[in-house]
Amino acid sequence: MSNQKQLLKLQNVKKFFPVKKGMFQRNKNLVKAVNGINLNVYEGETLGVVGESGCGKSTLGKVVIGLEKLSDGSIYFNDQSIGNLPERKLKEYKKDLQMIFQDPYASLNPRQKIGHALEEIFVIHTNLNKAERKEKVVSLLEEVGLSEEHYDRYPREFSGGQRQRVGIARALALNPSLIVCDEAVSALDVSVQAQVMKLLKDVQSKYNLTYLFISHDLGVVRYMSDRILVMYLGAQVELGDSEQIYNNPLHPYTKALLSAIPRPNPKHKRERIKLQGDLPSASDYPAGCPFHTRCPIATDRCKEVRPEWREIEENHFVACHEVEAIKQTNDDVREDGLKELV
Amino acid sequence: MSSAVAETKDGLKSEKKKQSRFVEVLKSLVKNKLSLIGLIIITMIVLVAVFSPFITSYGPYEQNLESTKLGVGSEGHFLGTDNYGRDMWSRIAHGAIISLVVGLSSVGIGLIGGIVLGLLAGYYRKLDNIIMRIVDLLFAFPGILLAMLIIAMLGTSLVNVVIAISIWSIPGCARIVRGSVLSIKNQEYIQAMRTVGASDLRILVKHVLPNCTAPLIVYGTMRMATAILSTSALSYLGLGAQPPTAEWGAMIAAGQDFMWDAPHISVIPGIAIMLTVFAFNVVGDGLRDALDPNMDVK
Repeated sequence: MSNQKQLLKLQNVKKFFPVKKGMFQRNKNLVKAVNGINLNVYEGETLGVVGESGCGKSTLGKVVIGLEKLSDGSIYFNDQSIGNLPERKLKEYKKDLQMIFQDPYASLNPRQKIGHALEEIFVIHTNLNKAERKEKVVSLLEEVGLSEEHYDRYPREFSGGQRQRVGIARALALNPSLIVCDEAVSALDVSVQAQVMKLLKDVQSKYNLTYLFISHDLGVVRYMSDRILVMYLGAQVELGDSEQIYNNPLHPYTKALLSAIPRPNPKHKRERIKLQGDLPSASDYPAGCPFHTRCPIATDRCKEVRPEWREIEENHFVACHEVEAIKQTNDDVREDGLKELV
Repeated sequence: MSSAVAETKDGLKSEKKKQSRFVEVLKSLVKNKLSLIGLIIITMIVLVAVFSPFITSYGPYEQNLESTKLGVGSEGHFLGTDNYGRDMWSRIAHGAIISLVVGLSSVGIGLIGGIVLGLLAGYYRKLDNIIMRIVDLLFAFPGILLAMLIIAMLGTSLVNVVIAISIWSIPGCARIVRGSVLSIKNQEYIQAMRTVGASDLRILVKHVLPNCTAPLIVYGTMRMATAILSTSALSYLGLGAQPPTAEWGAMIAAGQDFMWDAPHISVIPGIAIMLTVFAFNVVGDGLRDALDPNMDVK
């Protein structure tokens, strides 16, 4: 991967939300939604971001796109820092960074015809006349599997899958290089999900798009992603190639996540790792490793020292003190499996 | 792409329903009997106001001292005459023009002011506190008192009544708009517009405002009733239209000296006010149900 062109670089990205409490809103508490993310995204790849709800996946996407201001750290896009650019300068980069939203029912203005909604993007960014704009919109609609007859329809006349296609068309309109898919298929039926994912892959290879694919659905992420980032409580816990993450998870949280995937085979013996307790509040951030409160193998060291971000295998990064032990058990299990097969 | 064909069918189903939203709302409004009555009354008042020169045989200021205080049903004056022999029907019809014009213009100005303030307060958090505290201040005054205060400063005239009632309409409207904006601005389609680089002005005018029209229509209609009632009240108190202007409130005031021998001089404009206010209130109620967001708006 590293020989590819680096498109997006996040350095120690943090996003805190102040929570006001008490009389006259004096006491400010910080919710650490994204707490120190370091990440490189390469051109043309799909980077999946997984984690349970509330772990900061969506906030990370919004920060990248510029919908939320950074609290700390920096973002480089094509080696240009775009972290906290003023609104005017950001407009140019916004063309290159687009987003597909989660809820196809909420992401389209109910009072605006689909055609007009898409046309508006060209009104904002180009000087095309009405006929040229319409031509562009129609070709966009066709690109995502809709047609000219949908131009004059209101969003309420569409099904969820069709709306999401419109959402994709909107994201594609400005020829972006990076698209953040924030739970882009989570709200869809499984059959429609597959169609939309296929569409996403088609346009990706056609326009050499880079995706930041945020989802809580591990199956979807596995299908879509080249690499996967696992987040927990605003922090990155594991990053690796898709197959590495699924076949050789090295962080106890990743292991727990993967063990929760339902298997179609009822005879399959599931050793489900059940995590104890709840997700700690992001406003009361635990010291040391953020996962230590629920980790089955936590030691005293985990409670005090935040684990480093280490490259354990090639392109496989983990933040855990106990990696070696886990790696050992993984290998043992694999050997056992092989023995059984023999 | 063939995969989309199956989905397209859904879209076709709703093709038949392609009716304008206006007709839809009107239909469900008419279903409600009370608001149907209100709608008929409003239509009649508007027709009377518009065609008043053609449906009256005397001018509203035409005195005839030989036939004063004629009762209801007199020959040639089916609503009678007042103490100067002026035709009551003609004066009522003329009063309808004044009431509607004053009502419409004050509500219109009030809505515009309220919309601007509400949009700014709802969208920009920094302005929110400043604007809404000023609005709260305006709210603290009883409405009619506020109007009297403004008229006391500006002087008595119908134009000043319009100004006073407009200012009085602003805070309510601003609150309604702010509330709607607060819920709309976090919708994904607003965020989506921001990601494609739309300016704040474009987002506010083209995307936020059209989605908070429903409560505004209801508020505007209800407000018409209040505005007409307050115009009459202020005129009755001598703060608005001055006699001999054929304004309903002023007519009640002028007639109250003859309450015993010719009650119709006061009672008829009173009924006119009552019917108008009732009609607008009832239609406003009906609109609230007809514009219910759970209806097929999405």
